[in-house]
Amino acid sequence: MYEVIWHGRGGQGVVVAAQMLAEAAYLQEFKGVTSAPTFGPERRGAPLTASTRIAQEPIRIFSQIEEADIAVVLDESLFKVVDIFSRLRKNGLLLINTQTPLEKWDEGGEYRIAVVDAAGIALKHHLSKEGAPVVNTPMLGAFARASGLVSLENIEKALNHKLSKEQGARNFATVKAAYEETRVREKKD
Amino acid sequence: MSNVQIMTGNQAAAIGAKLSSVQVIAAYPITPQSQLAEILSQYIEGGELKAEYVRVEGEHSALTVCISASTVGARVFTATSANGLLYMHEQLHWAAGSRLPIVMCCVNRGVGAPWTIFNDQQDSISQRDTGWIQIYCRNNQEILDTIIQAYRIAEEVYAPVMVCYDGFVLSHTMMPVDIPDSEKVREFIPPYQAHTILSPEDPRTLNAVLFPWRRANSEGVLCDGYMEMRYKLQAALERSPAVIQETSRHFAEVFGRDHGGLSWGYRTEDAELFMTGMGSIASEAMQAADMLRDEGIKAGVVGIRVFRPFPAKALKEAFRGAKGIVIFEKGISYGYEGALCSDLKAAFYGSENQAPVHNYIAGLGGRDVKARELADAARASWLEMQTGIIEKPTTWLNCYTG
Repeated sequence: MYEVIWHGRGGQGVVVAAQMLAEAAYLQEFKGVTSAPTFGPERRGAPLTASTRIAQEPIRIFSQIEEADIAVVLDESLFKVVDIFSRLRKNGLLLINTQTPLEKWDEGGEYRIAVVDAAGIALKHHLSKEGAPVVNTPMLGAFARASGLVSLENIEKALNHKLSKEQGARNFATVKAAYEETRVREKKD
Repeated sequence: MSNVQIMTGNQAAAIGAKLSSVQVIAAYPITPQSQLAEILSQYIEGGELKAEYVRVEGEHSALTVCISASTVGARVFTATSANGLLYMHEQLHWAAGSRLPIVMCCVNRGVGAPWTIFNDQQDSISQRDTGWIQIYCRNNQEILDTIIQAYRIAEEVYAPVMVCYDGFVLSHTMMPVDIPDSEKVREFIPPYQAHTILSPEDPRTLNAVLFPWRRANSEGVLCDGYMEMRYKLQAALERSPAVIQETSRHFAEVFGRDHGGLSWGYRTEDAELFMTGMGSIASEAMQAADMLRDEGIKAGVVGIRVFRPFPAKALKEAFRGAKGIVIFEKGISYGYEGALCSDLKAAFYGSENQAPVHNYIAGLGGRDVKARELADAARASWLEMQTGIIEKPTTWLNCYTG
């Protein structure tokens, strides 16, 4: 089973990203998928998480994820306020929306790290919501690239299931661009 | 042909009600049920569901509307949580006493005070004695399927059914759900025939005051007194396990899914240590059983679906071979122990199953309960049982006081 935690701020669409990933993984023939928001009230701008579980067999557990295999960070300012590493397995994958190049990230070599400028990609493709770049959908492309768990084709299907044709196409353009621009560093041995 | 979509428990419940062709819905929004009420009103406004949505000022009225509509022959649905359910309490008794086949979802949430919006099962557990059938679901597929089954059960035994599922844990978690074919569902639930039709052409007084003894009516016919009518409710519930099992069996035949009727088992064939519970915690316990099996402890799970009527006879069979039983409950009968624990122990009275029973109260007010923690608790109890600790005080899992 793969456990994924999405870190973001209220309004950035972590819940939708977690759902889209579950849909794409199901289309990828994983029989067990679940996605859940942080249970309880949410506030715009406040740090929050959502989660996705992906498995070959139907999922029987609904408790919260302790240590994820993959942490996706939609907003790098969260590193200052949330202990993202405490909920990421050693050797896990850390995927960050950031402008900082891969070489500048140093987490002691205990994780695989992947970076992409999802906000930049969204701006370039004029994909914004209420004045802010939409970062959740490009991060799905980065996820596909760095994890290899889901194909771009299935992400596209999941998006089209949720969005209008035009919106689906616009979002998918950022998914593809993020897939291509994601840089991955294997963990040091 | 399967039609699988990824959805929350609330979405699954809304689809279940829609497929059951309900005609009247009255619900008042309350977290974590709100999404269910919203989706149903969307179905009606969008013309997808030909039903009347009656807006009400509170849960007591919501159930009253359902009682009235059911009395004149409509198939009705409502849903609530926690304090909303408690506010319905008087009408819960009324619905059961009137023998109305109302189906409602209880999206399980802890009750105040202090306020909580999070999950436990104290709300429905504390409505145990109202005469409603209670069925607890362990995943979103089971929620959808159980609502369909519930109408068939309710309309056959003329008793209301509460379909319970854990708030947030299931209501807000998305997972794959296969949506049954609507035509097949229509065939599965025959049209509702009210036991007494109230209409202007045939005016009657229903549920008037009854005196302690039986009395002849105006036509000289000796009629049931209060006790006879109440006995008939009890008799109907005592008869209902067979109906529930038959409905489950028939559902499996038509739709290919068997959620277990009264209860379900996991790795119980050769099990010595039995874990049990209701709803999502029983699902989580399956993973705990696997962990314990890896350590060489022969563990299994009995998930209890139906809490009322309490399926004592079936459970005696389900726990056959148990050398120890560990019960996890998201509620308690304050001042004593978990309600399920009391009922289960009573079921074993005088039987050959005299296995020690340990009771854990877990997950109140949404406190997370992990498979690992269930395994730890069950292992600790198992070791204690080996050293002769047959009875021990109710243990509050993950609780940091006392």
